[in-house]
Amino acid sequence: MLALWRNSRVRGWIFQLVALTLFLYFGWSLWDNLQTNLASRGITTGFNFLNTEAGFGIISHLIDYSESSTYGRAFLVGLLNTLLVSVLGIFLATLLGLLIGVGRLSNNWLISRLALGYVELIRNIPLLLQIFFWYFAVLRSLPSPRQSVNWGELFFLNNRGIYMPAPIPEQGFGWAGWALLLTLIGVVLLFRWAVRRQHQTGRIFPRWRVSIGLLIVVPLLVLALQGFPLSWELPALKGFNFKGGLVMIPEFMAILLALTIYTASYIAEIVRSGIESVNRGQTEAARSLGLTHGQTLRLIILPQALRVIIPPLTSQYLNLLKNSSLAAAVAYPELVSVFAGTVLNQTGQAVEVIAITMGVYLLISLLISLLMNWYNHKMKLVER
Amino acid sequence: MKRIFIAALAATAMTATTGASADTLSTVKGKGFVQCGVGQGLPGFSSPDAQGKWQGIDVDVCRAVAAAVFGNAEKVKYTHLSAKERFTALQSGEIDILVRNTTETFTRDTGLGLDFAGINYYDGQGFMVRKDLGVQSAKELSGAAVCTNMGTTTEMNAADYFRSNGMEYKIVAFEKMDEVVAAYDAGRCDVFTTDRSGLAAQRTKLKNSADHVILPETISKEPLGPVVRHGDNRWGDIVRWSLRAMKNAEEMGVSSDNVDAMRADKRNPSRNRLLGTVGNMGEKLGLSNDWSYNIIKQVGNYGQMYDRHLGPTTTINLPRGINHLWTNGGIQYAAPIR
Ligand SMILES: N[C@@H](CCC(=O)N[C@@H](CS)C(=O)NCC(=O)O)C(=O)O
Repeated sequence: MLALWRNSRVRGWIFQLVALTLFLYFGWSLWDNLQTNLASRGITTGFNFLNTEAGFGIISHLIDYSESSTYGRAFLVGLLNTLLVSVLGIFLATLLGLLIGVGRLSNNWLISRLALGYVELIRNIPLLLQIFFWYFAVLRSLPSPRQSVNWGELFFLNNRGIYMPAPIPEQGFGWAGWALLLTLIGVVLLFRWAVRRQHQTGRIFPRWRVSIGLLIVVPLLVLALQGFPLSWELPALKGFNFKGGLVMIPEFMAILLALTIYTASYIAEIVRSGIESVNRGQTEAARSLGLTHGQTLRLIILPQALRVIIPPLTSQYLNLLKNSSLAAAVAYPELVSVFAGTVLNQTGQAVEVIAITMGVYLLISLLISLLMNWYNHKMKLVER
Repeated sequence: MKRIFIAALAATAMTATTGASADTLSTVKGKGFVQCGVGQGLPGFSSPDAQGKWQGIDVDVCRAVAAAVFGNAEKVKYTHLSAKERFTALQSGEIDILVRNTTETFTRDTGLGLDFAGINYYDGQGFMVRKDLGVQSAKELSGAAVCTNMGTTTEMNAADYFRSNGMEYKIVAFEKMDEVVAAYDAGRCDVFTTDRSGLAAQRTKLKNSADHVILPETISKEPLGPVVRHGDNRWGDIVRWSLRAMKNAEEMGVSSDNVDAMRADKRNPSRNRLLGTVGNMGEKLGLSNDWSYNIIKQVGNYGQMYDRHLGPTTTINLPRGINHLWTNGGIQYAAPIR
């Protein structure tokens, strides 16, 4: 017996087992208490509520939704709205952050000072304040629907949003989609070929310009061949507000603007530190080989800087996703506001609703991490 | 995210050992004050005065309970809650009572683990619009953008009303009332909807309140009152009878000004019971027998409370209407203390 105890492996196992038992017991007693407490207070439990009628309206939804839809549907609407601002926010913040980060290192005194000012100002103001600022700045500066800014009877801008014509695909439009898909596959093949040829012969093929051109021209050509099977629904003022067309509500603009501007200030610093981590000798070497300033940045510096940039960039993306939940303050119906707000309040099922919400955030965060890790792996120094 | 975190905490709080908050009276006596969940600033119901002291008929219900339990109406601590947060705060034991313009409904009573302990204001939902829209009736509101706060009966009633009248609408639901008011004031919505009392109160916060009208329609029943956790009947009784004591006092003409004289004058038996000079009503609640005397002395009767916060001398000036006692043509009717 004692001999067994003296064996450090066995001892390790025993400790692990004890810890696991304690942990399981702790988890079980939490669960048990929860059940007893919920039952004694008469709080409804379970996930059946997801199938009952929601009975409340949501101002903007990417999928069909009405008051008679279910709570489950309301959840989807919220989730899609979260994904919409997050994806767009990540895209725009990256672009803006890149610009400002590069601007910070510019030799032009004015540009680098402006970029510095931007970073210092934006990083030091709480995001919620910025969201309110943009929301009320947007609202107060826009006219009422009857005094809308009117661009050629097609686009209208007022304090209810930007209204634009909505494309309505008709019979035969699907072909353009297929054409786009095929071109996409073609472009991927083209890229592979161009890279291989460059490695072998050193000859450069303008792959970006050609690909983008193809992606635009081919589907358009297919559409033209069928006489453009597409009609437009125009927005028009009816009663209090505009009806028809697509609308981008001020709540969405405010939260997108705030998230982009705020996150870009962090991304700019990440980009700057990434670029600065690349030895200056590299620049000098590239320039002496005859590469232009832009080429040096694109071909020599950024690929190396990316290795430093990607890991902290990932956490900024995750921050942006989580920060999008602040949108509830300005009535943008994302996941936290619709589901962990209205739905939770109406059903009272806090435990279930919060569990689902946290699960979803976790899942999206893990996906982003996974994607970025994969990209990071790809960007690692490849030794030949 | 922060909200999620709080709600998650609340959810975990519910996993705490059973019994911890099953006896609210003992917990409250133990800590020495009542933790009361009220609004975030609604004149007449719960809003800070010039000295920063919270005032209103919701705040006064909390004070009445503190007077009953401790003989001191000041022994209250306030938690200011948005509509969305309020029920989780009560369920999780963060607060002992919720008095925050909360409408008694079937679902809240049966599904949310709550009990309603009386009504301190009978209300109904209304609409406010800008005068220059030229709207006379809610029936003309088809296509309007409607601002309100989320997690309320308001949000649901508006949906029902527009749906049942075959009208379209766009709901813009904010978490906090202040943002609703600011957005409506900035022109984001054509309509601002909430309980009529809320409309009257929030209207005072608008840049130019004379530019706005409240439409005649009342589209719902909103009986507002204090809420406690389901399953703690003794605590429920205390809150329920504290409010009833105030209404009974008004009915018998007992006010904070004359309560001492009335207590000395023992000619009226039902008044004696109300003021605790005979019997042991207080003991049956687990309190001292002067529980209701303390309420009336320190907080006043229902009518005094109403006039102080909503009456003609206030900026809100809400006609008392159905909130008159039944003896005055209203529907405020409290079971007798006997
Ligand atoms: N009675 C409704 C609405 C309650 C509500 O949120 N009322 C608004 C306006 S009356 C409010 O702002 N209340 C108090 C506050 O936030 O201070 C309910 O219980 O759902």
